[in-house]
Amino acid sequence: MTNNIRFVQGNEACVEGALYAGLDFFSGYPITPSTEVAEHLANRLPAKGGKFLQMEDEIASMCAIIGASLTGKKVMTATSGPGFSLKQEALGYAIMAEIPCVVVNVQRGGPSTGNPTHVSQADVMQARWGRHGDQSIVCLTASNNQDVFEMTVEAFNIAETYRTPVVLLLDETVGHMREKIVVPKAGEIPLVERLRTAVREGVDYHPYLPREDGRLPMSDFGDVHRYNVTGLFHDMWGFPTTNPGVVHGLLRHLNDKINNNANQMARYKEYYMDDAERVLISYGASARSALHVVENRRPRGERLGLLELQTLWPFPDVVVREKCRNAVSVCVVEMNMGQVMQAVKAAVDDPGKVFLANRIDGNLITPTDIRGILRLIQGRGV
Amino acid sequence: MAIKDYIRERFFPHLWCPGCGHGIVLNALLRAVERMGLKKNDIVMVSGIGCSSRISGYVDFHTLHTLHGRALAFATGVKLGHPELNILVPMGDGDALAIGGNHFIHAARRNIDLTAIVMNNRIYGMTGGQYSPLSGYGMLATTAPYQNIDHDFDVVALSTAAGASFVARSTTYHVQQLTDILEKAINHKGFSVVEVLSQCPTYFGRKNRLGSATDMMDQFKETTTPIGSKAKEKDPTLIERGVFVEKDIPEYCAEYDKVIERAMKKGA
Repeated sequence: MTNNIRFVQGNEACVEGALYAGLDFFSGYPITPSTEVAEHLANRLPAKGGKFLQMEDEIASMCAIIGASLTGKKVMTATSGPGFSLKQEALGYAIMAEIPCVVVNVQRGGPSTGNPTHVSQADVMQARWGRHGDQSIVCLTASNNQDVFEMTVEAFNIAETYRTPVVLLLDETVGHMREKIVVPKAGEIPLVERLRTAVREGVDYHPYLPREDGRLPMSDFGDVHRYNVTGLFHDMWGFPTTNPGVVHGLLRHLNDKINNNANQMARYKEYYMDDAERVLISYGASARSALHVVENRRPRGERLGLLELQTLWPFPDVVVREKCRNAVSVCVVEMNMGQVMQAVKAAVDDPGKVFLANRIDGNLITPTDIRGILRLIQGRGV
Repeated sequence: MAIKDYIRERFFPHLWCPGCGHGIVLNALLRAVERMGLKKNDIVMVSGIGCSSRISGYVDFHTLHTLHGRALAFATGVKLGHPELNILVPMGDGDALAIGGNHFIHAARRNIDLTAIVMNNRIYGMTGGQYSPLSGYGMLATTAPYQNIDHDFDVVALSTAAGASFVARSTTYHVQQLTDILEKAINHKGFSVVEVLSQCPTYFGRKNRLGSATDMMDQFKETTTPIGSKAKEKDPTLIERGVFVEKDIPEYCAEYDKVIERAMKKGA
């Protein structure tokens, strides 16, 4: 037994992952069911020389991480429900100004104050479309605490690679569930560090001019390059412009840099998919119940398989289409009214074979719930 | 360094209306920075949204043009991320005290070393002349056609009560005093608030029949007085100018270093 084995909540696994990834600065605001992320970081972050800040509200905590990111820090905030709504404007700013940051949303029931202490997965579409204006975002999720750790590290890596905010969409069940994690040794999971410009002092630096590989080297505030950062449409120096060509080009760039890399960002797990004739697609806590159904029915001769999505946005439509090609039916298991199901229908060759197994009452969807719906799909009645 | 070395000359002429007071604030600020001999790489200007906030586009510092009302929240992150930097946060009256009011009082309460400059022209100019929390009772605006019934904040009293360790007020007429005050504010270790009465002849002046830009500046001369003057005793309606609060209390970033020290000691 080594001391890198821990028994923790999902929220704490997220904290461990963030620290592993090199988190320097966190600001947040207390909100159920994500509060433990802030509490653990208040304890852990200063001990490694980082900074934890409890701000006056959700908006301020989102704004503060953007400010800190511009000084070269790896940054994160965490929230739930109404807090995620409040952060949307500044999240849009981070997309527009291309500021690397990680935003954790431990989902609870909504709309409005909703069901703060109960589980839901109803923020999938808000994560995708919550801001005004055309934009694209990266959104990751996880179903067990080891994966929470790893996807948190992944979130930082993607944020730094693509110079973009990444939403880590957890749910109340995973956030509060306790299970074992093994913290990898340093270096075991590669970390992406911020790409900084090699342009020397006195030479014109373009903070918003992508290299040939699409990446945009940054320069920290306080360093030798002085430039402008704005939420307005801007040119390659960061200065506001309404030039139609520049506006068009920036909007294309912001969306293309995410959507053109959907395959590279697609993270998923497969269970019994090789010969599956009926496919379950799920994510987060729902995937645990879905996996139980698959493992329970396999020995009885039912050829069920599970595709567990860990990247929700950009939607891994190529993966979903390929994996579902030979399926008789596809059943999306989630705790909302079909938010991922819509994306699956748009991805597969035959949307008519896509069904929804859901639960929206604040309780975790159970294997029995899923089993009942599968029987209906199979035409076998309840 | 000459004043023009601190500006991004290619963006001039600026977008402010003829007669606007904001250019005078920019002038006073740059003179203060020049006098202090600050290096451009050591200054970050963080602004919000509105006429005032476009000031960040004209200065050759690290500049962060943020969201309406949120400049101080972004600035808090910048300061904690890199405490050695001098952070200037110019804001409009609506920006600082309506949509940004919560961030304003909390930044003051923390006493974080930021220099907040409230460019108070008593109106939302960028959107065309709506009343702000500093317009004042009885004034006219496009959204107060029958006279404003909202009372205004006293920025000095509000900042003082919220815990700011440096609080001052001046006007665009008293530009020498304004430069001196801004220098003191930037030098001060802690949260500094400088309220600058600035004229908006285009909207506030026109709506309220206050005359031209120079007429409005003359009114700043006539309606204000140095702190504790005899004139104030005779006429209590006069607005005082000068430094109201200047106290040496623990600054937030320095306090945070102690948090790290305690956390590391406990962890070790």
